[in-house]
Amino acid sequence: MIHRNRREMMVLLAAVSLILLAAVTIAGANVYGDAMVTDFSRKNLPPCLEYPFGTDFMGRDMFVRTIAGLSVSIRLGLVTAAFSAVIAFFMGMAAAVLGKTADGLVSGLIDLMMGIPHILLLILISFACGKGFWGVVIGISMTHWTSLARLIRGEVLQLRESNYMKIAARLGHGKLRTAMVHMTPHLLPQFITGLVLLFPHAILHEASITFLGFGLSPEEPAIGVILSESMKYLVTGEWWLAVFPGVLLVGVVLLFHILGQGVLLILDPERAHE
Amino acid sequence: MGEYLLEVKGLSVSFCQYEKGWKRSRIQVIRELTVSVRTGEMVAVVGASGSGKSLLAHGIMGVLPYNASVSGEIRYQGEILTEKKIRQLRGKEIVLVPQSVSYLDPLMKVGKQVENGKKGRTGQCREALGRYGLGPETEQLYPFQLSGGMTRRVLISTAVIEKPKLVIADEPTPGLHLEAARRVLGHFREMADEGAGVLLITHDLELALQTADRVVVLYGGMTVEEADREAFQQEETLFHPYSRALYRAMPEHGFSFVPGSQPYVKEMPEGCPYQTRCREVKESCRKFVPLRKTERGSVRCVLWGGEESR
Amino acid sequence: MAAERGIWIGKQLFRMMVLLGAVTVAVFALLSVSPIDPLTANVGQTALGSMSPEQVEKLREYWGTDQPALSRFLAWAGDFIRGDMGTSLLYRRPVKEIIWERFLNSVWLMGSAWVLSGVIGFGLGILAGRKQGGVADRLVTGYCMLIASTPAFWIAMILLLIFAVHLQWLPIGLAVPIGVAAEQVTAADRISHMVLPAAALSLTGISNIAMHTRQKMAEVMESDYVLFARARGETERSIIWRHGIRNVALPALTLQFASISEIFGGSVLVEQVFSYPGLGQTAVTAGLGSDVPLLMGVTVITAAIVFGGNAVANILYGLVDPRMKNRRKKS
Repeated sequence: MIHRNRREMMVLLAAVSLILLAAVTIAGANVYGDAMVTDFSRKNLPPCLEYPFGTDFMGRDMFVRTIAGLSVSIRLGLVTAAFSAVIAFFMGMAAAVLGKTADGLVSGLIDLMMGIPHILLLILISFACGKGFWGVVIGISMTHWTSLARLIRGEVLQLRESNYMKIAARLGHGKLRTAMVHMTPHLLPQFITGLVLLFPHAILHEASITFLGFGLSPEEPAIGVILSESMKYLVTGEWWLAVFPGVLLVGVVLLFHILGQGVLLILDPERAHE
Repeated sequence: MGEYLLEVKGLSVSFCQYEKGWKRSRIQVIRELTVSVRTGEMVAVVGASGSGKSLLAHGIMGVLPYNASVSGEIRYQGEILTEKKIRQLRGKEIVLVPQSVSYLDPLMKVGKQVENGKKGRTGQCREALGRYGLGPETEQLYPFQLSGGMTRRVLISTAVIEKPKLVIADEPTPGLHLEAARRVLGHFREMADEGAGVLLITHDLELALQTADRVVVLYGGMTVEEADREAFQQEETLFHPYSRALYRAMPEHGFSFVPGSQPYVKEMPEGCPYQTRCREVKESCRKFVPLRKTERGSVRCVLWGGEESR
Repeated sequence: MAAERGIWIGKQLFRMMVLLGAVTVAVFALLSVSPIDPLTANVGQTALGSMSPEQVEKLREYWGTDQPALSRFLAWAGDFIRGDMGTSLLYRRPVKEIIWERFLNSVWLMGSAWVLSGVIGFGLGILAGRKQGGVADRLVTGYCMLIASTPAFWIAMILLLIFAVHLQWLPIGLAVPIGVAAEQVTAADRISHMVLPAAALSLTGISNIAMHTRQKMAEVMESDYVLFARARGETERSIIWRHGIRNVALPALTLQFASISEIFGGSVLVEQVFSYPGLGQTAVTAGLGSDVPLLMGVTVITAAIVFGGNAVANILYGLVDPRMKNRRKKS
């Protein structure tokens, strides 16, 4: 066995995480139909060899349901985190480039959003969108951009001081255009790292808001729905309904965290101090 | 002159560092550094910034960061200065005078810091500060309220309150105007005259020559020459081309500069570190050059064929 | 000096009030654009029937679409300033009463979780940051990473499963025993109902403060002044007490005041799991039941508490840190 230093180990772990996450996502998408198959001849079975996570009150295979639910959560997390990152990109750019008023507006908006607890804000946005799928997508996209926007703003302000930016400005290119064309390549590492670090939050918040009943509809095999349903059976002893899906959800989010650390290390080593 | 109080022989300090993501490498900042201080003597270690001077001070005090490794020999009063020993002596017999206000706790009042948490030293503290013209009101100030000159005097007070035998002063003058800098060095001279050994680490040869008894010239983290103060009065009594270049660079000697700059630590060549700029460079400069005795000290140069120094 | 300080504090409070006003407008706007009509949504629940015609009329005024949003908002705001937050559609009681009652339940729960997570998190952060990469650091960082990956509601569920269902040490939910008259509920009853939710909230709250303290502590331990303290013969223990805690305490306290929002967010989930009748659960119930007046009231009160916490954090920093006196003067 070759001796590896800590950082090499972290990059390796991140690669493994990526493969595992991809596997769950693809597998979950493929068993989506099976996750809804009900079979009353096998209801409320505790974990066994055939059904490692047991079955629920409608005889659905909890392992299949969990994998399908995680896949839904991951895909939703990817989409919302990406939306959020795009919003962050434009907000950060605007704050840095478009002058004091824009800067004040963006930072005021961030302060406002910080004033309402995340979950409560998600409830409000979900309500404003009439609840359901789009409520979650819009809610999570609109609430996760603040920290990345601040980061991008800072980075842009720094880059703007560099000479070639000043030359481009003197050549008469528009402010926003110059920023877009010349800065984007420099911002990319920060942006991608920020995006990856957003995933775990997006997934956790999607699960939470769905758990509360504001997110995905109860028909979907979403992880929040599964855990919400399991609440009714906690007291009656069907513990497996809550424990296994939860453990797997934690595992997935943990893998995203590890992936994030790895990406941070590769793209932005200065921030990834020990 | 008496026995050596402090002897540093062939000191090397290197760091283990991550570069560009996950590759790990080792960089050598100090190598073959040799310097010694007698009781009552003030020795200046002079080198450009980036020559690893502060690490010498931190190495002696045993406060290098965990990723540093040290080799070579440090002796105090003739005995090897082990980690255990320096732990007992530092802050008592051996004291460090650091270079800037960042070495003071930003949230602790000056008086408490000079006393260093030992009870019943209010009188001593007042005396130490008073010695440098700082009144009792200084004790109630926070570090951010001190001026540059006051900071230096407070830092020196932290040393004299301990009545040390060995003082290591790490760059005590930057940021001060000439008059204040001279006064600060005068304070160290005073301590030496009162019987302490003083090791002054500085980048300013001119100032060092005004107060120190002997000067050690550092280049690329290596001792290239050591000589007494008088030797620096004329070029002929200096032997290393770098020391001579330093001499010629002084304003009263023509202000002339040798082109080029000190190599970056990672690109340090084998052998003499000055080989990239030296006009008299030879093939033998590329290999290890020992430190040899001269009339007034020692030098590490192939042009000087004297007896090898111990 | 004192006047200057007063003006500065006044500025902080003014800023807080402006933000609060803006939040109110924003929340009102969000609730107004909803396609869900609160009145129709609640008709089936006989909510309307039990209200007086004037109340119904007022509701129409606030939430009906017959008037422009601005005048509807002004009507609401006018009542709010006079201390009337409207009538809950679900509970058919004044919103003010419900919020006060729920707030009393929440304040103990969140308060104890806030203090516990703050103290434990600070301790763990000091322990971890003292020596980066050490055993304590790895354990604490690992715990924090695990907690950061775990939804608060699931921690609550697992605690409930272990301590209430399996071991039966503590009650399963609610704030008081069922079927006991209010006067007969003892403090012990209340506490036993609060232990599990408070534990769940604390467990999640620790990670944030611990990681932040660890970071600050590590910075302190690598600072020049700690190096100098070592060179002056101070022991590690003395360095941690004299320099570490002195320099880390203030940022940590500030963060803890600023993190009221997160504790509240966690309480929404945890109260839901334990059916604990606090503000968080009220928000969920109001949202699910389209009880707009109640949702509006809960949000505004919550925002006021959060902004209050932030203002306390700012003011505390400004008053306690000696360095801030200068910065205040300059700004």
